[in-house]
Amino acid sequence: MIEVKNIKKSFGDHVVLKGISAIFEKGKVNMIIGQSGSGKTVFLKTIMGLIEPDEGEISFDGRIWHLLSTKEQAKIRQEMGVVFQGNALFDSLTIEQNVSFPLRMFTRKTPREIKERVDEVLEQVGLPGVQKKLPAELSGGQKKRVAIARAIVMFPKYLFADEPNSGLDPKTAIRIDDLLMDLTKQYDTTTLVNTHDMNSIMEIGEKIILLKNGYKAWEGTKDEIFYSDNPDLNDFVFSSELYREMKELFLKYKGRV
Amino acid sequence: MFKPLTSFFELTGAYFLLLKKTLTKPQNWKIFWENYFRELDDIGLKTVGLISFISFFIGGVVVIQTALNLENPLIDPSLIGFAAKQSVILEFSPTLSSVILAGIVGSYIASTIGTMRITEQIDALDVMGINSANYLILPKILAAVTFYPFLIALSMFLGVFGGWVAGIVTDLVSTQDYLEGIRIGFEPFHFTYSMIKTIIFAFLIASIPSFFGYRVRGGALEVGRASTKAVIWTSVMIVFWNYIITQLLLS
Repeated sequence: MIEVKNIKKSFGDHVVLKGISAIFEKGKVNMIIGQSGSGKTVFLKTIMGLIEPDEGEISFDGRIWHLLSTKEQAKIRQEMGVVFQGNALFDSLTIEQNVSFPLRMFTRKTPREIKERVDEVLEQVGLPGVQKKLPAELSGGQKKRVAIARAIVMFPKYLFADEPNSGLDPKTAIRIDDLLMDLTKQYDTTTLVNTHDMNSIMEIGEKIILLKNGYKAWEGTKDEIFYSDNPDLNDFVFSSELYREMKELFLKYKGRV
Repeated sequence: MFKPLTSFFELTGAYFLLLKKTLTKPQNWKIFWENYFRELDDIGLKTVGLISFISFFIGGVVVIQTALNLENPLIDPSLIGFAAKQSVILEFSPTLSSVILAGIVGSYIASTIGTMRITEQIDALDVMGINSANYLILPKILAAVTFYPFLIALSMFLGVFGGWVAGIVTDLVSTQDYLEGIRIGFEPFHFTYSMIKTIIFAFLIASIPSFFGYRVRGGALEVGRASTKAVIWTSVMIVFWNYIITQLLLS
């Protein structure tokens, strides 16, 4: 479980996060949603420890980040798996070297054990046989899967994904969503997904928080989205005609209108 | 009015802070040595061809220019060899080659690290708990500092050799006079001085472009700008430190 309390962050005069508190539960896909510029990426990077907050507290299963020693923080970092928006695969390394990188860096596993684990996670993400290829030789969806494989290779407790569907076609995006959901259940991770993809939100959003202008504007589950009359949520989620009609139909069907 | 001065001090401070982060014990020695040997190839071996080519021909040009400017029959022709040796060992090989390396290697380092920054590869290292500055920059510094003295020694040899070939081909100086010229007044400390300069320049060639690449924010345009700045500042620092070292060691 990850708990954040009153997180604030500014860059110069520009206040990006204005005091956000939330609890992200273990074994669930927790989603951070909001428009571009709402502070989602800064919020996620602050939780991952890449950006230092001006105020507030972040705790990982009770371990309060800013009270930990560098060594203890490094240990938590090794419990994190991160899927970056642009995948962040190392261009000069093969897929096998990319995925095995954290294992080689931090464990004393033998080359054979490392190879077995790499084969296992690539199999899990549905990409067997690409070990010797370079990232440039793969498609966008395949690169995303490799990034996910690298994120889970160390059996993470916390899985972060920053806009995992950006730039992917709808079918591949759904596959990535399903994969994130399956891995969350299988590894029992606290998963945080940053997105503004409506399909993802409706597909795998077990807990959702909406950010608007640096504030938490709404919090709930994907099922509660249809019933909420929060104006910020409705303005964001049901901004298109299609989704508004869908909501009306859904509520009619459920006898709420 | 003071803004350029303030930004210069800010840059200098940020450079030393990055060096502090870089010059620490590697987290995994095996991976460090793998990176070191990769860098030896990328920023070392791949520059040998160009530096050799330039050194050979510059040595030749020095001999031709010197010979054409020494028309007085009272001046000993062996001075042509002496002048070629002195200019190649003291200045051309360590300084001019380093400026050339700043261009070739500096732009490569700044653009590689800059691209890693904008594609979040450096964030990926940081989030794993890896000291990204140490992981990326230290192998480059060590590769440059250990390889460039050999490269510059080769450059010195080829410069002097190129001078001899040019002297023979143009018939401006005989082999005997040239060999005599390169033997007279040989001061071993001049070689040591050149090697000291080379090691300092190698450190600058690897660390300054790494600094500019590491602090890139934005996109491709910023990576390009960082590359240009890296080459300019590395060249300026090489020329500046050349003056200081020469003043300290030879005056």
